[in-house]
Amino acid sequence: MYRYDQYDHQIVKERVAQYRDQVRRRLADELTEEEFLPLRLQNGLYMQRHAYMLRVAVPYGMLSSAQVRMFGHIARTYDRGYGHFTTRQNIQFNWINLEQSPDILAELATVEMHAIQTSGNCIRNTTSDELAGVAADEIIDPRPYAEIIREWSTFHPEFAYLPRKFKIAISGSEQDRAATAVHDIGLHVVKNAQGEVGFRFLVGGGMGRTPIIGSVIREFLPWQHALTYLEAILRVYNQYGRRDNKYKARIKILVKALGAEEFGRQVEAEWAEIKDGPATLTVEELQRIAQYFVPPPYATLPASDAGFEAHKADNKAFANWLLRNVKAHKVSGYAAVILSVKKTGVPPGDITAAQLDFVADLADQYSFGEVRITHEQNLVLADVKLSDLFTVWQAVKAQGLATPNIGLLTDIICCPGGDFCSLANAKSIPIAQAIAEKFDNLDFQHDIGEIELNISGCINACGHHHVGNIGILGVDKDGSEWYQVSIGGAQGNNTSIGKIIGPSFSSQQMPVVIERLLDVYVKQRTEEELFIDTVQRLGIAPFKEYVYASPIPTGHTHGEDACV
Amino acid sequence: MGRTPVSNVEIIKNRTVVADDWSVLRLSDGETPESVSIPAGKVIVPFSVWQAQRTLLQDRAPLGVWLASDAQADVLKDDLAHFAVIAVDFPKFTDGRGYSIAYTLRTRFAYSGELRAIGDVLRDQLFYMQRVGFDAFAVRADKNIHDALKGLTDFSEKYQTSWDEKTPLFRRVNRQAVSQG
Ligand code: HEM
Ligand code: SF4
Repeated sequence: MYRYDQYDHQIVKERVAQYRDQVRRRLADELTEEEFLPLRLQNGLYMQRHAYMLRVAVPYGMLSSAQVRMFGHIARTYDRGYGHFTTRQNIQFNWINLEQSPDILAELATVEMHAIQTSGNCIRNTTSDELAGVAADEIIDPRPYAEIIREWSTFHPEFAYLPRKFKIAISGSEQDRAATAVHDIGLHVVKNAQGEVGFRFLVGGGMGRTPIIGSVIREFLPWQHALTYLEAILRVYNQYGRRDNKYKARIKILVKALGAEEFGRQVEAEWAEIKDGPATLTVEELQRIAQYFVPPPYATLPASDAGFEAHKADNKAFANWLLRNVKAHKVSGYAAVILSVKKTGVPPGDITAAQLDFVADLADQYSFGEVRITHEQNLVLADVKLSDLFTVWQAVKAQGLATPNIGLLTDIICCPGGDFCSLANAKSIPIAQAIAEKFDNLDFQHDIGEIELNISGCINACGHHHVGNIGILGVDKDGSEWYQVSIGGAQGNNTSIGKIIGPSFSSQQMPVVIERLLDVYVKQRTEEELFIDTVQRLGIAPFKEYVYASPIPTGHTHGEDACV
Repeated sequence: MGRTPVSNVEIIKNRTVVADDWSVLRLSDGETPESVSIPAGKVIVPFSVWQAQRTLLQDRAPLGVWLASDAQADVLKDDLAHFAVIAVDFPKFTDGRGYSIAYTLRTRFAYSGELRAIGDVLRDQLFYMQRVGFDAFAVRADKNIHDALKGLTDFSEKYQTSWDEKTPLFRRVNRQAVSQG
């Protein structure tokens, strides 16, 4: 993985010093809160319901074991002993003191980490495929390009005060695992007919209150021009993006207003002015960065392992875990292991300091000291030998990170919601927990098959509810918390936005609503059909009809009823 | 009747605090670009006034002009020679359009005179402002300008190109890959 050289170290060190002084000036009232706000946001510090929250950048989701250990240390020393993985492949700490935040950043800098541009109206952390470099379906490893974009976007002087936040995602596989269609810019690393490497540019995707799928403005751009083309897009957006209304300020609104074709034309005109300038990438630079992402020293192994096969044959629980949590690897004798951070009873994505230490040790022992974060809020050990899988499974199980539910109903994406987030309309973690408890039965989950259930506590869509096969959105009605349900959303190559099935429900009704949706699916599905396929074939009508056909107990108890 | 123009007693120019004898003309309510009277001395007029009173102004030297944040740099591209100062207004320090205006004036239209940031100009934005081409800063009057000066030196290295740095770090220095160990 990428390692800092003297320049990266220097830049991050100077950032810590700059931020430390900004905090000092805020505390001395030399800066008003209004003036301080964008500064702290660009350092990852949010004011939340109870305390400050610090969002630490994990560039394209890649971590070393030393970095994971540092998270454990921060969780223990400065927080309440845990952290929270996000859909943007970052980690958040929920109980931070403003006064200590410069020290945390200084500690992070010792392991080549920071919180730069994890929030604010600037170019955010670029996200990518958690299986980059190992996926069996990979065309080009996107990580060198992600790192090139990281460096280019870090402290870009022209684009630090954009109309709104700006998110770039990059994927280089047949299957898009980076949700590129719902980012401000989605990049696909592709090869053209001549075998040359380049990018497909999608622009103007996003979720929030106006969910839009990105439009292709260029099918193929040779890789050397990636940065100048990005610059052209950002310059057009910076000048013409709306600033009068924060809800209409994202690039998606501009692209929609102009039409993708006209937007693309303006970008091309801007690009013509800077094309082939000094920011054009060089082969040397690509090679310099790419050498950080060369394959680790894999052993030469056969495609199967006798011990592994034996365990798989006689241990049903192990076999289930393999089926769900272990992914194909491009190197013979290896597999990618997904650690489920979705155990029933624990908020999705929450991890304790002890678990962080454990994962770091495990990575050192079995996976070249490397860990990745998925946008579904899970962890990946990307390079585990088949012969080690059984041992790894046993160790992981003991830590509660082996729930065999990846891609299944209880692998819920869920934002922090009303328990932490000051923007929430409703809680989301308890909804995820109630659903997970009701459908805890793994046989049932395996029978239902792959399904994405995503929950957001408000329309900002941090929990990706729009692209959930089932999406749950917390809404506020007369001061109480309700939940709106949509179905038919999907991420990946066939990204679609879910459709709302009807009036919202109380929290107590939610597990039954999910049960009814699944009942319709189970009755109507054809062999092989996943939930999403059935919804696409039948439309939302039969689901809607059945869910609302008879009253669902609200579970609300009043007066004497409460004692029953 | 023109309102008394606001004058910044001191500005940052070329990384030092200097006395400033320019005044910035801003239209008050009821004033129009056509009718506003332009005071004597060194004045930085709004672009709209330059447009409306061009015949009167074009023989006046020295003259300055300022662009609002929603303007495009290319409105000045044929007139650059008239101005001793071009200013760009930041109505809010969070409005980042002025950065693209400055960058475009410098790089595309090769403007080489004084480029001044006016309006809500604060210490923590100065580093970026100088990178895109500003060389003068009328720091907001209630802030300590000597303190703001420190904002220009927050960083000693930068990854990407802009006006101040024509070559990106990757072309400028020989970056050795660090061992993976
Ligand atoms: C707890 C503090 C958080 C706050 C205050 C917050 C704030 C926001 C806001 C205001 C938006 C809407 C932006 C817009 O529509 O322009 C948003 C969107 C989003 N946030 Fe968060 N968020 C928080 C936590 C998270 C977490 C924990 C995640 C990941 C689990 C996350 C990931 C996202 C994503 C993916 C979007 C949608 C982006 C899009 O519209 O394209 N945020 N957030
Ligand atoms: S979706 Fe809303 S409630 Fe959930 S984290 Fe984002 S802003 Fe907060």
